[in-house]
Amino acid sequence: MSDTTQKSAADHAIAMPGLTRRDFLGEITLGALGVAGLGGAALTYQYFSPNVLFEPSTTFRAGNPDLYPVNSVTFLQEQQVYIVRTSSGFYAVSAVCTHLGCVTQWKPETNMIACPCHGSKFTPEGKKLEGPAPRPLPHYAISITADGELIVDKLQTIKADQVLKV
Amino acid sequence: MATSLQSALENLRTTRVWKSIFRRGPALTNRTRSVAVFGNLFLHWLPVKVREKSLRVRAAYYLGSLSFLLFLLLVVTGVLLMFYYHPAAPNAYHDMKDLRFVVSNGVFLRNMHRIGAHLMVLLVFWHMFHVFYRGGYKPPHEFNWVVGVFLLLVTLFLSYTGYLLPWDQLAFWAVTVGTNIISAMPIVGSKVRFVALGGNIVGENALLRFYVLHVVILPLVAVLLIGVHFWRVQKDGGLTVRPKDHDGKS
Repeated sequence: MSDTTQKSAADHAIAMPGLTRRDFLGEITLGALGVAGLGGAALTYQYFSPNVLFEPSTTFRAGNPDLYPVNSVTFLQEQQVYIVRTSSGFYAVSAVCTHLGCVTQWKPETNMIACPCHGSKFTPEGKKLEGPAPRPLPHYAISITADGELIVDKLQTIKADQVLKV
Repeated sequence: MATSLQSALENLRTTRVWKSIFRRGPALTNRTRSVAVFGNLFLHWLPVKVREKSLRVRAAYYLGSLSFLLFLLLVVTGVLLMFYYHPAAPNAYHDMKDLRFVVSNGVFLRNMHRIGAHLMVLLVFWHMFHVFYRGGYKPPHEFNWVVGVFLLLVTLFLSYTGYLLPWDQLAFWAVTVGTNIISAMPIVGSKVRFVALGGNIVGENALLRFYVLHVVILPLVAVLLIGVHFWRVQKDGGLTVRPKDHDGKS
């Protein structure tokens, strides 16, 4: 079998010795299937990544600054954000634990933010005190609108030392 | 009584309909018994003969068979639950509540499905530990052990995807936590989470995705793997019991 095919390959003066027509077609087919498979995987990945999301807006108005007394931490349940006002100004801290995404709680009696799921604890600045959380709670961009309302953008995280002065 | 039943059965066996379904005589000899097993779609991948040893309760405590029975129970109760369940928010939660408090015998079916699922995870783990401590993973059973590991994973994924479907607080937070574990994977983590949830939060897309995985994709994979698993038991020479060789080693 291999003798005859090699002979016929030699008869046709193919430049690659040992590669029969059957092998060649087999390789071509495998290659084509591989390309088609990769393309199919890419298309499937695209199909499963939605382009339009019906999720709550990540930017929200937090009301007039006067709503928040100086040296207070206010939990906005719907937005899962703490609005913290110190003597130097405002900042917005995420209430979502950086460990596994549970919503943390503000404990005014101990002056810390605590996660009910796995016991992570944070300062009101979002700095980690203890627990499995790998990162501090992020600070979101906070600014003031023309009509004097606080506005928070949860897609934009800022450095912890940036404070909005009012 | 028994004789009239026997004669009724014998009469049934002479009918044309019976003969068209079972193309053989009564299974009275070893040969006809073998033919009976070979010629039946639902039995043909089972062994025609087994060692008496491997039928003992202590051989495997029937843990694999019990897991399979629970799987069948979960398929039946699950399909029945699907008749009252919409995989959408907020209907899913209300449908679950309706099944518990409004639909006749709904709470019975739901709890059978729920407790059956817990039991199946327990039994599958127990089955695995039993096989492990008995050395049932050793040659020639290595491949079937690997199939079994995949079946364990499918069982856990079925359990996990089913956990979201009641759409209550427990479900929401369990899946929030679980999918955040996915995003801890290096490089691809957050992308995998996005595709698994169909978004950034555990929302309607996630519910629908978990539903399709739970009721179609994972059960199909499970059926396929269960088929291979059972068939390999026979091809690998029955359950773990093997005769000892000359040195007395098993």
